[in-house]
Amino acid sequence: MTLKAGEKARIAKQFIEAIPFSKALGMNLDDIGDGFAVISMPWSEDLVGDPQSGVIHGGAVSALMDTCGGAAVMSHPDAPAGTATIDLRIDYMRPATPGQRIIARAECYNVTRSVGFVRASAFDEDEDRPVATAAGAFTVERPKEKEAKA
Amino acid sequence: MNRPRPEPVQVVKERRDRALELLVKGVPYARFMGIEFDRRGDELTAIMHYDEKLIGNPFLPALHGGAIASFLEMTAIIGLSWQTLWDDIETGRTAAEDLSPETMPRLPKTIDFTVDYLRAGLPRDAYARARVNRSGRRYASVHVEAWQDNRDKLFAQATGHFLMPSRNGNGARVG
Repeated sequence: MTLKAGEKARIAKQFIEAIPFSKALGMNLDDIGDGFAVISMPWSEDLVGDPQSGVIHGGAVSALMDTCGGAAVMSHPDAPAGTATIDLRIDYMRPATPGQRIIARAECYNVTRSVGFVRASAFDEDEDRPVATAAGAFTVERPKEKEAKA
Repeated sequence: MNRPRPEPVQVVKERRDRALELLVKGVPYARFMGIEFDRRGDELTAIMHYDEKLIGNPFLPALHGGAIASFLEMTAIIGLSWQTLWDDIETGRTAAEDLSPETMPRLPKTIDFTVDYLRAGLPRDAYARARVNRSGRRYASVHVEAWQDNRDKLFAQATGHFLMPSRNGNGARVG
């Protein structure tokens, strides 16, 4: 890629915030760099999973982690052309506090020819105690390579 | 044999459908995601109605991995909670007519959840069923399978562990 860092980040932001499901959940790309991404999502009545406590459904936190993990893979210097989730495991440490924004940070700590490995964590306003952590594997789709078949 | 006369079918159906409706309608995220549950006896099938907002890759197009994870986790939690609720209302431990949004048992809490994405989710309705592999007093393990056109061609599956709500009377909040 010959893009300047700032331009790459701007394009990534547009790209991620235009994904319909991410948009529906109100996700915002806060930061992105070489193999890492920070994405946040506001609390919303629509996302509540437990009506008696007002706590956001785990699935919505998974969606945030998944988007953030995918963004981290896409932003890796090896520049995959695209990515899809192979598997994602989420561990829930505590319920997210109702009314607070959730922030996910993901790091793509290793990329092979075909797979990106990601770790992520999510916090609300209490930045000392994670709400959830995640580990996942993502596909690495290469920009069309020369006809060589491995 | 002097077994009691079975209840009229309509009474049985109404009791079960009411309990299921209270369980599902109480979850705002299910409504937001367009997720409903179809019941045949005690077996539930979750349906996620296709909507454009569920898309994650507009170029293919394909469902968002997060939408799929949400669908599977919802299926697991409702399926697990339904199993307990079913036992309670069918044994008469809980009178179905006494159920209300305020007295519904608390939902299980997810400890961990792992999703395998087997193939891209197509832009159409999706279905899922949960199987409770183990349900103890405190912990439960649940497996979920999801498909679209063919029941045998899963597009995603998941396994999760859950913390069961404490059972002190009618959904009393403890801890």
